[in-house]
Amino acid sequence: MAKLAYLVPLFPLIGFLINGLGRKTLSKSLIGLLGCGVILASFVVSVGIFLQVKQDGFQPQIVHLFDFIKVQSFNIPFSFQVDQLSSLFLLIITGVGFLIHLYSTSYMHNEETQHYGRYFAYLNLFVFSMLLLVLGANYVIMFIGWEGVGLCSYLLIGYWFKNNNYNYAARKAFVMNRIGDVGFLLAVFWILAKLGTVSYGDVFAKASTFSTFDVTAITMLLFVGAMGKSAQIPLYTWLPDAMAGPTPVSALIHAATMVTAGIYMIVRSNVLYTMAPTTQAVVAIVGLATAFLAATIALKQNDIKKVLAYSTVSQLGYMFLGLGVGAYTGAVFHVMTHAFFKALLFLGAGSVIHAMGNEQDIRVMGGLKKYMPITHITFLLACLAISGIPPFSGFFSKDEILAAAYEHNKVLWLIGAITAGLTAFYMFRLYVMTFLGGFRGTHDQEHHLHESPSAMTIPLIVLAILSVIGGFVGIPEAFAHNAHALEHFLSPVIVKSADAAHGLDTSTEYMLMAISVALAVIAIIYAWTRFSKKPEIAEAEGAGKLLANRWYVDELYDKIIANPLIALGGFLKNVVEKSGIDGLVNGVGRGVNYAGRQIRLMQSGQVGNYILLMVLSMVLMIILVFYGNNLNPVLKYFSK
Amino acid sequence: MSIDFLMLLKQEMMLIVIIFILMFLKLGKDRSNESYMTIVNALLLANVVIGFFGNEEGVLFAEMFRTNKLMVLEKNILNLGMLIISMQSFVWLKTHKHVPEFYILLLSTMLGMFFMISAGNLLMFYLGLELSTIPLAAAANFDLAKRRSSEAAMKLIFSSAFSSSLLLFGISLIYGTTGTLIFSQIPLHLGNNPLQIFAFILLLAGLAFKISVAPFHLWTADVYEGAPVAVTSFLSVVSKGAVLFVFVSVLYTVFKPLAGAWYNMLFILSLLTIIIGNLFAIRQDNFKRFLAFSSIAQVGFILVGISGSSTFGSASVVYFVLIYVFSNLAAFGVISLVSSITGNESISNYRGFYKTNPVLSWILTLALFSLAGVPPTAGFFGKFFLLFAGAGKGNYWFITIAALNMIISFYYYLRIVKAIFMDENDHPIPRVLIPLMPRLALYTCIAGVLAVGFISYIYDYIHSLSRGM
Repeated sequence: MAKLAYLVPLFPLIGFLINGLGRKTLSKSLIGLLGCGVILASFVVSVGIFLQVKQDGFQPQIVHLFDFIKVQSFNIPFSFQVDQLSSLFLLIITGVGFLIHLYSTSYMHNEETQHYGRYFAYLNLFVFSMLLLVLGANYVIMFIGWEGVGLCSYLLIGYWFKNNNYNYAARKAFVMNRIGDVGFLLAVFWILAKLGTVSYGDVFAKASTFSTFDVTAITMLLFVGAMGKSAQIPLYTWLPDAMAGPTPVSALIHAATMVTAGIYMIVRSNVLYTMAPTTQAVVAIVGLATAFLAATIALKQNDIKKVLAYSTVSQLGYMFLGLGVGAYTGAVFHVMTHAFFKALLFLGAGSVIHAMGNEQDIRVMGGLKKYMPITHITFLLACLAISGIPPFSGFFSKDEILAAAYEHNKVLWLIGAITAGLTAFYMFRLYVMTFLGGFRGTHDQEHHLHESPSAMTIPLIVLAILSVIGGFVGIPEAFAHNAHALEHFLSPVIVKSADAAHGLDTSTEYMLMAISVALAVIAIIYAWTRFSKKPEIAEAEGAGKLLANRWYVDELYDKIIANPLIALGGFLKNVVEKSGIDGLVNGVGRGVNYAGRQIRLMQSGQVGNYILLMVLSMVLMIILVFYGNNLNPVLKYFSK
Repeated sequence: MSIDFLMLLKQEMMLIVIIFILMFLKLGKDRSNESYMTIVNALLLANVVIGFFGNEEGVLFAEMFRTNKLMVLEKNILNLGMLIISMQSFVWLKTHKHVPEFYILLLSTMLGMFFMISAGNLLMFYLGLELSTIPLAAAANFDLAKRRSSEAAMKLIFSSAFSSSLLLFGISLIYGTTGTLIFSQIPLHLGNNPLQIFAFILLLAGLAFKISVAPFHLWTADVYEGAPVAVTSFLSVVSKGAVLFVFVSVLYTVFKPLAGAWYNMLFILSLLTIIIGNLFAIRQDNFKRFLAFSSIAQVGFILVGISGSSTFGSASVVYFVLIYVFSNLAAFGVISLVSSITGNESISNYRGFYKTNPVLSWILTLALFSLAGVPPTAGFFGKFFLLFAGAGKGNYWFITIAALNMIISFYYYLRIVKAIFMDENDHPIPRVLIPLMPRLALYTCIAGVLAVGFISYIYDYIHSLSRGM
């Protein structure tokens, strides 16, 4: 089955080509069927691959397709690597991706056929790129997918291209990602320069030949790439703006594809990161800072998707915290559970927005519980999962990361636990203001409220089930011995670091769990009591205003980066180009023209003059050859 | 022996046979110009095709005449150019009174060139050169009624006479200092003798005149402008190509011992030629004069390639001339059609040409792109190999100046493209109907412009031939 790995990205590619080229001729139902069908086919193959990989004693397989770049001894093959890590990501991407596709068929149904086709074509291309990223057996193939998801996110965020604000959001996402890409590329070049290969197997086998400086620099540069793709400080501001795209796209970006790419890349390179403790510390601190900052911002947002977006940034911060403290399994675990509940939250939000007639402001919602029972229940389950309430999936993965952080440094744990409390608070603020209390919207909107069709609710239900039970693949050592199936599964691809987690004794671990769960429960109760009676409708003031305005980070970036660059551009355009370069070019042009006018006098039309000139030039040539030794230095300069 | 002798002289024999056939046809019953030209073109086509088969290498008449595969190829390129020109001049000659004479003149010229290319002896070389010049002066005067045509012919014959005298003087000095006229013997006797260098300069000047290298180029513009378009294109492509072939082989073989002297001169002449050609071309409004000056600049680039003095040098020159045949003749073909049907020869009249003549516009544009060296047309590869060959000696300053001049040449070639496509004109040149013959010729040229660059076999083949030289 592993030999068929190429089929997994091939199906979405075919879907992209057919939907993209036939978007004007195919019918909507055919487009939807094809768009979902190809992802389902990939999912089926992925399951097959997973089942094979899951068997004991499976060795990673390289599926060589063709030689991509081959110059003398230097060779970059186009090949796929099938192992535990990639097969797990395949499942998440195609599984969650399929549900989102299915949901989209209903959510996007009001679009014109042509745009409907374009939407599914982009969606398929997005999944294709992500699969390429995950399957590639070397950094270059990963980079192709890496760029591919960047491009697709640009296309999908700006899907409604008639709205200029959406286009700006798309551009912002693209530029932020490009900044990260530079880091990634430099890292790949560095590896290439030192080792002459970019294939994972060779790189990790020869990693011990790196100097400390090399490995630190490479991992830092790779992390810069991950910052862009996975929205970490300072490159996180694109992700909240990426809400401009259709809601299922947000779900795809936040759950199954795109933002997890950075996590995947670092886990894939865990051999290198384990060798670079400095980088690990940076990763942990940046991750934690992002988690905390985003959580505070989420407290005061009123747009249902914005809250979710910042919660994604915050959760990604957790994952990086996990990576930074060496809990690679924990990070992957959290990627997985997060994929379930975040996709669920977004699709639920989409369902709400759908019912509200494209209204996204939670201040005019409320009381949706009785109109949309399925959406309500599934959304509540997802909130419990993300808040880390046992036995929902988020509890297990978050606990694993926090436990590893505690072992590493207690301050990291403390901030992490506080952030978990904040998470529970803002999620339930969102939940309560949306679903409980009385309806605060217009009469028209109330009249229109309805539960979404089954193509939208079925994905919700499936994801809700996964969000509830998804955590059981990673039961901690404290509860049951050797029950952490995921860790066992991933162990072949992850190096054991010296201070592996689970060195904690059982009682400490129970205590940590109790504290974080208690914090979450307190936060939930507080949010519930505070907002169910009196929803927060007034504009935020004081410190709240600072949070509502996202710490003014966007404005800060404009001030210190964008504006100076624009000013520099204006200077280059108005001064350097207009008077400098243009002047030079026009001057040369005028000079040539003038010379042409003057030299025409030579062309008198008199044969006698012509012959005279010929004779004179011959005389000159003779002088040059016989007496030209004095000129030799000049000639030598030109003619060597 | 007798068969060998005929086979070695095959291409020359073919020309002689055609000339005789034409003479007999002229003597026979009167036939219409069109049927006459059909016969001529069929004969020329057969000449091109047969030229590619059954060729042998060898030496005849005490080294007076020698031939090898490279020379055969060079002659075939000239044959091809002749065929294209003949097909293109269909419209112009249709109403002309002296069609047979025109062909007899041009074919005699070609015969002279063939002997010149195959010459193994300076006297043979001189005879071939004269045979290729004198009929050409008559051909330049072929529009008997036009005064400009007569003026062109007079200028050509006067300046040719002068350059011939230079050549003869040079040859006599070479004979005086080496005691031989045979190519294979001369290098053995060449040294640092000042008189030999003097003789060489005379020879160089004579040849430079023929290929219009600055400052021996001044006759070019007047003659090109005055002569009929067919003769102009013959002068600028076939005649120039032939002398270039000889120039390369004489420099690389006969005067190899004097390389130190000619390298510097070549280097100065080439830059001078490129720059002067460009400066003149930039301000021309007459299309024929424009092409004359731009072809001067092209020769300058060829000299760059020659200065590399390696197998790359000669290969790149032959390759470039082949491409030059296609691209320059495509441009001349369009101009010849437009000029003989509408009488327009000035560039400013071509404004808005695309609106009325899209096909001709595209052909002209591709031809100009190729002349300018815009990829992916063949001209790009031609120029690339020339500069590559010239860079072989590591004199990058020289190549940089040449490359900068390419940019200047872009300006004036693209100016015409702009006029054709973008400029508005209330009275553009009316639609021109293209008869079958010129149409075939133009399509052949465009196929060459588009294909020659991509078929790497062609360059490899030429290079393998020049290695054996």
